[in-house]
Amino acid sequence: MHRRKFLSLLGGAGLASAMGATKAKAGGGTHTFKGYPDAMGVLHDSTRCIGCRKCEQACNEVNNLPKPSAAFDDLTVLDTKRRTDAKTYTVVNKYNTAGLEHPVFRKQQCNHCQEPACASACFVKAFTKNPDGSVTYNGDLCVGCRYCMVACPFSVPAFEYDDPLDPLVQKCTMCHPRIQEGKLPGCVEICPKEALTFGKREDLLAIARERIRKYPDRYEKHIYGETEAGGTSWLYLSPVPHAELGMPVVGKTSAPELTSGALGAVPMVVGIWPVLLAGAYGISKRKEKIAAEERAEAVKDAVNATKAEADGALKAAMEKADKEKAAAVDREVKKAVAEAEKAFEEKLAAAQAPADEADAGETPEEEA
Amino acid sequence: MNDNQKSFWTPGNVLTAFILAGGLVLTFLRFYKGIGAVTNLDDNNPWGLWIGFDLMCGVALAAGGYVTSASCYLFGLKHYHSAVRPAITTAFLGYFFVVVALLYDLGHPWRLPYPLVLSQGTTSLLFEVGLCVATYVSVLFIEWSPAALEWLGFRKIRNFVIKLTLPLTILGVVLSTMHQSSLGALFVIAPGKLHPLWYSSFLPVFFFISSMVAGSSMVIFEGTLAHKGLHHKMDETHLKEAEGVAFGMAKAASFILMGYFFIKLFDITMDDDWQYLATGYGAWFLVEIFGFVLLPSFLYALGVRERNMKIVRIASVFGVLGIVINRFNVSMIAFNWQLPAAERYFPNWMEVGISIFIVTVIITTYRFIATKMPVLYEHPEYKDAH
Repeated sequence: MHRRKFLSLLGGAGLASAMGATKAKAGGGTHTFKGYPDAMGVLHDSTRCIGCRKCEQACNEVNNLPKPSAAFDDLTVLDTKRRTDAKTYTVVNKYNTAGLEHPVFRKQQCNHCQEPACASACFVKAFTKNPDGSVTYNGDLCVGCRYCMVACPFSVPAFEYDDPLDPLVQKCTMCHPRIQEGKLPGCVEICPKEALTFGKREDLLAIARERIRKYPDRYEKHIYGETEAGGTSWLYLSPVPHAELGMPVVGKTSAPELTSGALGAVPMVVGIWPVLLAGAYGISKRKEKIAAEERAEAVKDAVNATKAEADGALKAAMEKADKEKAAAVDREVKKAVAEAEKAFEEKLAAAQAPADEADAGETPEEEA
Repeated sequence: MNDNQKSFWTPGNVLTAFILAGGLVLTFLRFYKGIGAVTNLDDNNPWGLWIGFDLMCGVALAAGGYVTSASCYLFGLKHYHSAVRPAITTAFLGYFFVVVALLYDLGHPWRLPYPLVLSQGTTSLLFEVGLCVATYVSVLFIEWSPAALEWLGFRKIRNFVIKLTLPLTILGVVLSTMHQSSLGALFVIAPGKLHPLWYSSFLPVFFFISSMVAGSSMVIFEGTLAHKGLHHKMDETHLKEAEGVAFGMAKAASFILMGYFFIKLFDITMDDDWQYLATGYGAWFLVEIFGFVLLPSFLYALGVRERNMKIVRIASVFGVLGIVINRFNVSMIAFNWQLPAAERYFPNWMEVGISIFIVTVIITTYRFIATKMPVLYEHPEYKDAH
């Protein structure tokens, strides 16, 4: 797979990084950035370190940091565990470990990750991974959210909590300005025991492996920083397991890899959610419409049924009325006939004369 | 206000005034002397109560806005209508003051727009949170604005805004899905610092699912409070629908909590974190899962089945507390769990003071709005459009 530049990965939108991840999968590789080819680094060999704190002093001087309350040649400082802070970019701590009669010293500063969590986490791109391997910070962009401090697996970045106006994040720059001038980082330059070696990261890894191979009894068989957090520019050799020197157990996964899944979900949500939600709206509307139609249908049916029933009843009533009318007429006719017959007979009886048989006596009756 | 000058200084209002005055003093200290002067934050513990409570809990508990409006306008649950405005009002105030609270926590508060306008750090989950929250505050403002516009009598604009309801609701759910989940995803970058029982690559899913519980629980919980203090402001429809809303929300919350319980269980199984359950953190994890996920789920179900408002209300308290406990665990209690006790974070009383101040400002503003504007009742002149 074609090697992508880390900065373009950082600069790409969530969409782009998600697509990058997909492409990487298609290519059968991972999207892990293996580092700039000429990236420099520093190897710290704890077996050589004597805890003289010269590196702390040099760091303080080259970075123009305020003088600490305890002088740098005061080695009692080593008795308490310290961490880097906004005025101290590097500290050396002393560890008394089981199995060794002498203490072991660990130097702490920014590890300058290949894929820095701070840079990945920063929402204003205030951090930059430079081609020389260093990770630097631009305070002019910093909003002061301190997410970089949450994200850093080594808890390196420190914050100027007491500055109300321009509180910034501070950390070791690997002496990026000095490297640009062709100089060594301050700490490396001053180290009297060559416990610190500056060079190309690739070369440092080879040196470290060679030392472990040559003196397997002296070293723990692990180069801390080779794979931690996706690899760091600073590498560490130790006579004891690194965890015993308070070095955090950090997985191999780099920060961008950890978050790429969550970031990749964003375009999916943006794309599909409106469709699903509009669909839900459509379904509920449709249901309402169908329900309304069914209601209307039911009403219509009910009206029709009622109407039919009423029609039937009316028809029956009409028929009945017709029949009754016919019967009434019939009855009246019969009644009239009967009356007429009766009247005729009475007339006949009253007359009782030798009347003419052929007289048209029935004719008026018929007409009545 | 002039008419009841005497009754204005009730014990509640005196307390409010006292908190507001104290908060202003603390605000002055924070901005005059710096973050370090009022907080216990340090280089190992860069995020404290202002992020863990004001931001994490604030955003989760304001989820009632999207939950209620989606139920009503998208899923066709029309009988939730009277609950939409109170929920949108709370959500808008919640989000607005999340941003306000954030200004206290940021080193350069005036640079808050930088990620949007100057330098976009698109690889950051925090960028997503920022972008979504900024957009969503605007969406909520527009969704909420009819209440103010009806109060002010701007009929034309109000009618135009009402027409935007559907797209705004959809946008609201999309944005909420993204930033609720992203708040959880913020911690995905720090597997070494967050205790394995809480760390998961599914943190964004957990945060989103639990935000629905937070939203529905808050609607019920707030309803309870509003009925105590603002009963006289509620119209017949609101009062008539209130119980139905509470039972509906309770039923939904019960199911979601049950689902949430199981995805948490599966996550522990997938990551094989069982051995941690036997530790102190494990005990605390079990308290969260059984006491504040399973128990409220059960109580909600019971309350709905028995049609018992009292049980539902108790369940809502557990639901809300559960969200607070979960967000506290992820952002503070289980974060930096490997540090020695002396290096752990515990908030300064002034941090707590600022948080109480912000909550008080939200409640006071809500009371003002609900008293003046048609939130708990429908404006008599605008009933037609609903």
